[in-house]
Amino acid sequence: MIKVEGVTKRYGPATAVKNVSFNVERGEIVGFLGPNGAGKTTTMRILTGFLPPTEGTAAVGGYDVQKDPIEVKKRIGYLPETPPLYPEMEVVDYLRFVARLKGIEAGVIERRIDSAIERTAVGGVKDKLIGKLSKGYRQRVGLAQALIHGPDVLVLDEPTSGLDPKQIIEVRELIRSLAGEHTIILSTHILSEVSSTCGRVIIINEGRIEANDTPQNLTAQLQGAQALQLEIDGPEDEVLRRLRDVPGVNAVSCENGGGRLICRVEAEKDADIPRRLAETVVNLGWGLYAMQSLGLSLEDIFLKLTAHDEAPAGGEAAAEPETAEPAAAPAGEESE
Amino acid sequence: MKNVLTIAMREFKVYFSSPIAYIVLAMFAAIFGYFFSTGLAYFAQFSAQAAMQGGGMGMPPLNINQFVVAPSLGNMTIVLLFLTPMITMRLFAEEKRSGTIELLLTSPVKDYEIIAGKWLGAMLLFCAMLLVAAANLSILFFYTTPDWRPMLVALLGLVLMGGAMIAAGAFLSTLTKNQIVAGALTFGFLLLLWVLNWATSFSNSTLSEICEFLALSPHFEQFSKGVIELKDVAYYVSAIALGLFLSKRSLESLRWRA
Repeated sequence: MIKVEGVTKRYGPATAVKNVSFNVERGEIVGFLGPNGAGKTTTMRILTGFLPPTEGTAAVGGYDVQKDPIEVKKRIGYLPETPPLYPEMEVVDYLRFVARLKGIEAGVIERRIDSAIERTAVGGVKDKLIGKLSKGYRQRVGLAQALIHGPDVLVLDEPTSGLDPKQIIEVRELIRSLAGEHTIILSTHILSEVSSTCGRVIIINEGRIEANDTPQNLTAQLQGAQALQLEIDGPEDEVLRRLRDVPGVNAVSCENGGGRLICRVEAEKDADIPRRLAETVVNLGWGLYAMQSLGLSLEDIFLKLTAHDEAPAGGEAAAEPETAEPAAAPAGEESE
Repeated sequence: MKNVLTIAMREFKVYFSSPIAYIVLAMFAAIFGYFFSTGLAYFAQFSAQAAMQGGGMGMPPLNINQFVVAPSLGNMTIVLLFLTPMITMRLFAEEKRSGTIELLLTSPVKDYEIIAGKWLGAMLLFCAMLLVAAANLSILFFYTTPDWRPMLVALLGLVLMGGAMIAAGAFLSTLTKNQIVAGALTFGFLLLLWVLNWATSFSNSTLSEICEFLALSPHFEQFSKGVIELKDVAYYVSAIALGLFLSKRSLESLRWRA
């Protein structure tokens, strides 16, 4: 459905996207994951024909974005990061305007508007001025705008940014409900969003694709490893040294928490590891208060792949020392 | 063409869902009403005097077209100089600021359709202003028998001149995200075009001839007298074409720079 080959985009001396290639099959939901400024929006703008690529080609439904922009645009519904809404228009008028703009035949316009309103549950506000809507409703109207012409492909740029948690869940559910009949590309810097909605993840950083796989596979890449958290009562230096000496352990980091040490241990995937760790601690006469498996998340993958100094672009993420800091969820709402 | 009308109608309606249309129309109505009624009162007094003094001397009666209609429409050209930037400043600047330009540029619509739609939308509001003038002028028909043809020609001249001013304003609005900047640029530019020929009264050089031809106002003079001259029509039409062409180029460059 979507084919991107060797796309590069330069803004003057700055390169926003470097030699990006990927394919998306019909009916897939693909998540673009990356920090702010990674090139997600640029890639999407190239796909939607808003920006031309400096090099390379992009095609949607077999039509080249540059050679047949009109055909491509007919097939794409696009929700930019800030929904393109006219505050001085009423919701229904706005959707009617968009429907005409997208070339829907006059006879079916009203039906399409009704169905878009129903899908996005904005019926209650359809006669209100868009300028008076809450952020959540604006996002929904933005979505209604994107899917009003029944496009094959939906391109959603950070569809949940700036929403409150309840609205985020609603929008995600809405996106999931759109799967199947539409091919969806969505971008986000929130990792849980990808694992909860997308069938495939493309991790993009500094304009390059760092990984392109299912969330499960990406997590499994790390599952050559496991992470454990131990709560130990003992001398810090000694604990660090002894735990690192345990066979199969790759990395240990400790911090002080309420008089006890909270240690994070990254180790090889081996069922014996927890027992060995417990034995070590107990044999040395320290107190072992808790031990739990942490399960490496997409966040760990993300941080590993996008870490600046150590960038094994292939994604050999298993055995990296000293990356044991628990990943803080980058749940920021800031925009680029 | 359908797309052009879709965009034009939205533009036109938006003027009325914001205060812009009401302010512009009210200002135009008030100022035109002032010029027109004082002109008419003066004419009434003057022609009464003329009738008393020169009655039966074989003098032709004073021409209302020449004494009332032409000057009041001529005065309005200056008012339009102030009002046009208010109409055009938001055309693209607002869309660029709010990001709605992304909707237009990612819809299956050609760039020239966007430009033409925007221009036409602004033209519709401009013509609504002229309707106010026409309503005023129509009062004359109740009391006397003015010649309607020069009136129509003068209005056509105003439409053409408005088209050129709006095309310039639309182009300047594509250059910035800031409506005030767009409006100020438009006003400055139009004013400059307006006074361009003032310098020519002091010299006869080629430069001054060029200035005379480029200036906005001299081309309206013949229209206000009810004369359609090809060179005037050509001036306004090519100004419109140039403005729209530059707007299109500027819109294309948005894609490369954005």
